[in-house]
Amino acid sequence: MKHRPASATFFVDRRPLIGIMPLPPLEDLIACPHCDTLHIDAPVPPGSIARCKRCGVVLFAPRKQALTQLLSLSIAGVILLVAAISFPFIDIDAMGFENQTSVLNAVTAFSEGRGVPLAVAVALFIIVLPMVRLLALIYAIGPLVTGHRPRRGAHVAFAMTEQLRPWAMAEIFMVGVSVALVKIVGLATVTIGPAFWAFVVLVIITLFNDRVMSRLSIWKALEREGAV
Amino acid sequence: MSTTPDTPVTAPIADPVGIPPGVTTARAAGLVACRRCGRVNAGRAVRCQRCHGPIRSRDTQSLQKVWAWLIAGLIAYIPANVYPMLITASLFQYDEQTIVGGVIELIHYGNYGIAGIVFAASVMIPVGKFIAIAYLAISVQRGRPANAHRRHKLYDVVEFIGRWSMIDVFVVAILSALVQLKAVATINPGIAALSFALSVIFTMLSAMAFDPRLIWDAEGPTAHE
Repeated sequence: MKHRPASATFFVDRRPLIGIMPLPPLEDLIACPHCDTLHIDAPVPPGSIARCKRCGVVLFAPRKQALTQLLSLSIAGVILLVAAISFPFIDIDAMGFENQTSVLNAVTAFSEGRGVPLAVAVALFIIVLPMVRLLALIYAIGPLVTGHRPRRGAHVAFAMTEQLRPWAMAEIFMVGVSVALVKIVGLATVTIGPAFWAFVVLVIITLFNDRVMSRLSIWKALEREGAV
Repeated sequence: MSTTPDTPVTAPIADPVGIPPGVTTARAAGLVACRRCGRVNAGRAVRCQRCHGPIRSRDTQSLQKVWAWLIAGLIAYIPANVYPMLITASLFQYDEQTIVGGVIELIHYGNYGIAGIVFAASVMIPVGKFIAIAYLAISVQRGRPANAHRRHKLYDVVEFIGRWSMIDVFVVAILSALVQLKAVATINPGIAALSFALSVIFTMLSAMAFDPRLIWDAEGPTAHE
């Protein structure tokens, strides 16, 4: 375990706060989203982690160039997602009967009867929501990186990015693909297409993205830059 | 998960109420905190200054929503286990497979690792989640101040892990898209695939409706002393 520099977020002493001392300005406070504990929002040096004193949730984990990284990863993510959707994904061959599937095919394959609701759900989870999420993130933080004023509705876009996080399931889809491959191996010859690898890289990018993203810092930056 | 030495996360045992000394909540200070961005707002605010989202000191309907989604999830989980998930038709046989049936078949063919993943995602996680959410909701309703840290950890795990139950739904989706080989073999989704997907969605919504601040309220002062 790497020893991290001291946390720079200090918690408020209860008695002085309620009794004698006047409350610091509200924008200098931060409340833990999980347990409501008040902290004084002191600057946290890059590379260190500020946790809630009471419940231990990570409040800030700033890194150098985090926003730039986040933006470039998201743009790469969009490109990979387009590739992952359009190129052949998996190709199977059993006794001369061949079937090639792209992700788009996988979604539209059962577009009749009982499969329709399932097809819609899968399309949402692995294509639509991840794409919307990446685009919204780029829209919200792009101007922050280039030093411009946030675009109109930047906070709506970023709120959407946060809300969609659990519903964008690209990484879970990939585990599903692996399980499915094991199940078919006995039945047919399987060839893996370029889209498969695009998806693998996309998953890695998504995981990195979530690690780099410090959502409370982004909200603060949006407020500071005057998002409307 | 590990904790850094400089950031104590456990409350001192000596404290009778269990709340660390010198800690106060936004609510106790007469303020309203935003769960989305952490901004502290004046007591009567209904919109957050920073992220413009709706805010309230505590979501008073939280538990009602939690129970509603949880029951919906439980109901959908029944057909998900009774009806077939996967319908395989090949030249010589027609086979319907339930969730547990699929796991047993994987074991039968010696794929223990994969069988373990599917069993964990489709049986252990959903069932564990039902129990965990019900336990959290009941403990908050009874106002139990005990082991808030453990319950908070449980909430974190439930929030994180719930979506992974979708694995089996994706397996069915991929198999039925891929294995459409006319006469040789076809695989189609059964009713259970949809009900299982719904069950997972409902329990995810249930976990999201839970306001974790309620766990901590029983422990410390929620109003001026």
